Amino acid sequence: MSEPMLKIENLHASVEESEILRGVDLAVNAGEIHAIMGPNGSGKSTLASILAGRDDYEVTEGRVTYKGQDLLALEPEERAHEGVFLAFQYPVEIPGVNNIYLLKAALNAKRAHQGLDEVDTVDFLTSVKEKMKLMGMDESFLNRAVNEGFSGGEKKRNEIFQMMVLEPELALLDETDSGLDIDALKLVAQGVNQMRSPDRAIVIVTHYQRLLDYIEPDRVHVLAQGRVVKSGDKMLAHELEDKGYDWLRQEEATEA
Amino acid sequence: MSTVDPIAERLIERLGGERPGDSVDWIAALRSRAAERLAALGLPHTKIEDWKYTSLKPITKRDFARPDAASATADAGAVEALRIPGLETHRLVFVNGHFAAALSDRDLGAQGLTVKSLAAAFAEDPEALRDRFAALAPIDFSGFTALNTAYADDGAVIRVAPKTQVERPIELVFLSTPQGQPVMAQPRVILDAGHHSEVTLIEHFVGLDDAANLTNAVTELKIDVGAQVTHYRLQRESRKGFHIASIHAEQAENSRYASHNVQIGGQLSRTDINTALNAEGADTLFNGIYLLNGRQHSDTHTRINHLAPHTYSEESYRGILNDHARGVFNGRVYVAQNAQQIQAYQQNDNLLLSGRAEIDTKPELEIYADDVVCSHGATIGRLDDNMLFYLRSRGVDEEAARGLLLYAFAEGTVEKMGLEALRTWLEGFVIDELPQAERVREFV
Ligand SMILES: Nc1ncnc2c1ncn2[C@@H]1O[C@H](COP(=O)(O)OP(=O)(O)OP(=O)(O)O)[C@@H](O)[C@H]1O
Ligand SMILES: [Mg+2]
Repeated sequence: MSEPMLKIENLHASVEESEILRGVDLAVNAGEIHAIMGPNGSGKSTLASILAGRDDYEVTEGRVTYKGQDLLALEPEERAHEGVFLAFQYPVEIPGVNNIYLLKAALNAKRAHQGLDEVDTVDFLTSVKEKMKLMGMDESFLNRAVNEGFSGGEKKRNEIFQMMVLEPELALLDETDSGLDIDALKLVAQGVNQMRSPDRAIVIVTHYQRLLDYIEPDRVHVLAQGRVVKSGDKMLAHELEDKGYDWLRQEEATEA
Repeated sequence: MSTVDPIAERLIERLGGERPGDSVDWIAALRSRAAERLAALGLPHTKIEDWKYTSLKPITKRDFARPDAASATADAGAVEALRIPGLETHRLVFVNGHFAAALSDRDLGAQGLTVKSLAAAFAEDPEALRDRFAALAPIDFSGFTALNTAYADDGAVIRVAPKTQVERPIELVFLSTPQGQPVMAQPRVILDAGHHSEVTLIEHFVGLDDAANLTNAVTELKIDVGAQVTHYRLQRESRKGFHIASIHAEQAENSRYASHNVQIGGQLSRTDINTALNAEGADTLFNGIYLLNGRQHSDTHTRINHLAPHTYSEESYRGILNDHARGVFNGRVYVAQNAQQIQAYQQNDNLLLSGRAEIDTKPELEIYADDVVCSHGATIGRLDDNMLFYLRSRGVDEEAARGLLLYAFAEGTVEKMGLEALRTWLEGFVIDELPQAERVREFV
């Protein structure tokens, strides 16, 4: 079998002396969707941020291999050019920077990296508008500042919309389902399912089984106290929903 | 006899001589009073609280000459190139403080609007200016106001009749050009907006060919009941030039004054903007930005005087400072005892791009009424890490991301300006001032 697209080995990371990730192991193959669940503060967003290149964290041990290269050696923008995309748990508002400018710049930066010409403006707009429609977003969002004044749900939808435009190879979705109403949740799930492809891996961080009713994961992992403590198929998510994380702690205690 | 300040004495010696209007008694008397005040005051120095952070040594150590009217010319092509694309204006051009008729629009008036050079107004109807000249700008507001009152060579007088909506903005272009030795250009602008009139004034200061001149400008704006004056100031002196200006507005009932002030040029500049909200319903917007780099020093002092109940003011100034640049912002809001139920908001935000850039920012609230809503805030910071990371995570490289965020920060000021053509044109200048200009252009 070929190498996984993303391979995380014994990853340790800390911030200001306190260790947040304590030896994460995870492998994701192209074509798969993985879900990561786990209690608040267990390190899920930290893991996603480190993969996207945020430098607030110090990686003290371990390594991350993405498409055969050392992911941690790349700048955040280089990771984006190589196909990594993070849908933020808390997307930041950027007053004065237009959504459409950002999208076009992002896409062209990636294309330049691939040795391609800039996108044709007309084609770009047509495809962007199609994708907005799929996400139930009004076209007026294009000329608004990035996330400025967007409602919580609109911000999340905007992240998925960006993902659809940028067509990453590795998409990390950090709690994209929280704060969404039922209809928006379905739209987001639709968007993600449409992105499912043999060349693409998707990692979804979520607290709720609900999203996984719409997006069927190949693997489910539980992250607790900075480590992957259990992995399984989609049934694991159901079990967690029924029994809560206490069940895992008890199980761990009996095993020990 | 009081003592004469030695700096003032030298100025008086150099700048004296005949001027339009001298034959009119009240003008001559006013000028000599102003010269006397100048002699007593001298120019401001850092021991004066209001000038604490701005040393005028670079100005006082130079001897600026009186500009010569005969050489008040400039290359017509260069002047034409200064037009704001897509914006039709009534345009007057001044060269080193002298009105240049040949470079200005021929037909300056319109229905309900008269625009004249100060010299022409003095010659044609001096009486009409008797209660207006130096009525709003106190002679001794500073030594510079005294200096301008005594020695302004020319300027503009603008009158808008009641209920007139002036369609095209009035644009005053003040060119500063090298003329053998550094000169002192001293324009004086007087605007009267009649009741319920609407007018836009653009004061555009441009330094050509590295001119090392001093501009000392005074502008007086009388805004009558229900009138609306929108005032753009674009300060683009040369990097070797000096710029001192004071603006004095008086606002009647339900009037609105919007001041948009863009400061880019000059090695040393100081701008004072003052307004008095004299009657109920008067409303003020002070919106401004300073973009400084190299060793530029720029000082902005604003004063908003709430003198009547139910008056409103909003002030927002932003600054981007790089290299060794030094900025000063002082925003004073005064609320008189009877001025109940007023609202005053003030905000000053600064980005320092270098460890050696410096800003002194100070709100100054003096409130004697008890039923008021006032807020003020000042920030000094760097670019937001979360925003930078967000942009980079989307593939925008760090340099471009920084440029984009700076541009967006400046846009916060520019977007408040109502004239679209001017806004678009200005955005170009703003980008030019940013360290990552080339990269930002790819985005906007
Ligand atoms: N920059 C930081 N500085 C200090 N502590 C941090 C920082 N980032 C994360 N932490 C801490 O690390 C721990 C893990 O945080 P993280 O955001 O990764 O959790 P999470 O699993 O995503 O939680 P949630 O489910 O609530 O989103 C928390 O205790 C958090 O307070
Ligand atoms: Mg999280």
